[in-house]
Amino acid sequence: MTVTTETWTYREAIREAIADEMRSDPRVLLLGEDVAAAGGVFKVTEGLLEEFGGDRVRDTPISEQAIVGAAIGAAMLGYKPVVEIMFADFAGVCFDQIANQLAKHSFLTGGELQLSVTIRLANGAGVGFGAQHSQAVENWFLGQSGLKICVPSSAASAYGLLRSAIQDPEPVLVFEPKALYGVPETRVPATTTPLGRAAIIRPGQHVTVVATQSALWRVLEAADELEQAGVDVEVVDPRTLRPMDTGTITGSVKKTGRLVCVQEGERAGSWGEHVIACVIQSAFHFLDAQPLLVSSPPIPVPFARHLEEMWMPDTSTIVDKVMEVARS
Amino acid sequence: MSVSLKQPYVGAGAQGASNQLTPDELRSMLTDMLLIRSVEDEVERLFFRGLVRGSTHLCQGQEAVAVGACRALVAGDTMTCTYRGHGAVLAKGAAADRLLAEILGKSSGLCGGNGGSMHLADLAAGAMGSFAIVGANLPVAVGLGWGHQLAGDGRASVTFFGDGATNIGAFHEAMNLAAIWKLPVIFVCENNLYGEYSPIGVTTPVRHLIDRAPAYAMRAEQVDGNDVLAVRDATRRALTYARSGEGPTFLEALTYRQKGHSRSDPGKYRPDEEVRHWLTLDPIIRFTTWLVENDVADESWCASESARVNAQVRNMSDAAVAMPDPQPASQSSEC
Repeated sequence: MTVTTETWTYREAIREAIADEMRSDPRVLLLGEDVAAAGGVFKVTEGLLEEFGGDRVRDTPISEQAIVGAAIGAAMLGYKPVVEIMFADFAGVCFDQIANQLAKHSFLTGGELQLSVTIRLANGAGVGFGAQHSQAVENWFLGQSGLKICVPSSAASAYGLLRSAIQDPEPVLVFEPKALYGVPETRVPATTTPLGRAAIIRPGQHVTVVATQSALWRVLEAADELEQAGVDVEVVDPRTLRPMDTGTITGSVKKTGRLVCVQEGERAGSWGEHVIACVIQSAFHFLDAQPLLVSSPPIPVPFARHLEEMWMPDTSTIVDKVMEVARS
Repeated sequence: MSVSLKQPYVGAGAQGASNQLTPDELRSMLTDMLLIRSVEDEVERLFFRGLVRGSTHLCQGQEAVAVGACRALVAGDTMTCTYRGHGAVLAKGAAADRLLAEILGKSSGLCGGNGGSMHLADLAAGAMGSFAIVGANLPVAVGLGWGHQLAGDGRASVTFFGDGATNIGAFHEAMNLAAIWKLPVIFVCENNLYGEYSPIGVTTPVRHLIDRAPAYAMRAEQVDGNDVLAVRDATRRALTYARSGEGPTFLEALTYRQKGHSRSDPGKYRPDEEVRHWLTLDPIIRFTTWLVENDVADESWCASESARVNAQVRNMSDAAVAMPDPQPASQSSEC
């Protein structure tokens, strides 16, 4: 008997999550630039216009402020819009609508009006798009009360987190690492993933390594190499950055006594710094070594292939840094 | 600065709207305008007593735009406005006592004390929010129009904004999207001739703001914003157009802010002659005159109604001042 392993991609997982939510809840809408007729520039939303029709799946002008504002207004009347921001960098164009309006409107109405808006953003480097189409911008929103932030790292987690995001009564930003869209993964049964809960992706005893999105894949490669060298790494995926499941992370550090965070993007004002600050505040006496943040250098994402690869924390750097912490 | 309509406007009130309104309705429109004026005067007094924190942006002189437009609406129509929104929120039906309490930061306020002067909302009344970032309400108003279109509920989204907002990007994105999706949105521009401290001629290259609309193939109308019946008429025409699925309207209401931009601004940059001219065009005086000349009310009723409203507002204000301060919501730390 032949056992075939079925695969799916991150792109397909996102599409299935949107379709499943649209099937189960007629209030769910999808809007964005080229999401309908063209199926999205990354082809994530292909086929949704055909299944759900032009009222619920809408192409918009290149007007990010109007797109997010349209979602806010529709949500005020009980709809559940899913917005696609084609490249996460374009969040800069509609920062006011996200940070000043979407994030605060519920608070400003005394909590009476909740806005169930999901914003999907194609995030991160690794595909050669240059400095204005390659940033991992989740940290822009890290300190914004009123927003939840998801950073799915795999097809299964993308499916599960996106379904939870759309079901959530409050605004959620979902950052999708565009470098992972086409990578085949072993298909697992599709379930929702609760927001605000980290996952221990690989249990280990010696060092806790926290990583997100495409950096997590390199951490898992590094963990295999480190195992050969006798270092048993515990890999934690926060999955949600707001609210952050600091309990799971701290619990892991209390066991291993060592912490490394690995992120794409620079250090200042980042989630990696936030995790280290939280662990120092709440588990300082459990630490056997000083925590370490492996991040990108403080320059814009370069275009040339080898420069972009050097900018991202790569597997050999991660191996070296984790080894350093393990042996200190 | 003088201002005139782009084309001579035939006075609305006399021939148009008055035919559709009962004397009681006409008199209650004056009451609404008196209430807004009285609340704004009271907020100004409270500010100078040190009881209103931060800033506050008053709309004395612009009452006819809010009352005229909101009187054209029906239940279920939605309204969004700006930080100069006390009048619009009252005109849409919010309770004045809770509005005053919110401006004072009290627990009984419209938003439980979280919002303040610039963030008034009353969802039950259809006042969906006051937006303190210039132009930010416009994309949201488009979304409300989209929601009405999707629901097929025959309702419309009305949004107020100043002349200054026509120079911000969100305005143009919102106008464009509303037009291309043929959404039931009424963009009511309160052209009071000043964007904060700057006269419109310094910041805006078009002489008449309705000239913005053809760029979006949008229906537009200019109206005397100090004529409450003219504003109501124009809004009704826009609503008929919107509810029949034809799309949005840009309505430019010419009016004047009798006070400065905010409470730190005495408005001294405005020529005395200009201020005096506009005070003669005060919308409450004009409508009172109209009611008397058309035998809808006599002068003594108008005077006693004004006194009654003022006394009521003073009582509500005293009660609001005495209200308890809000309690903090439970706050959690992530670490």
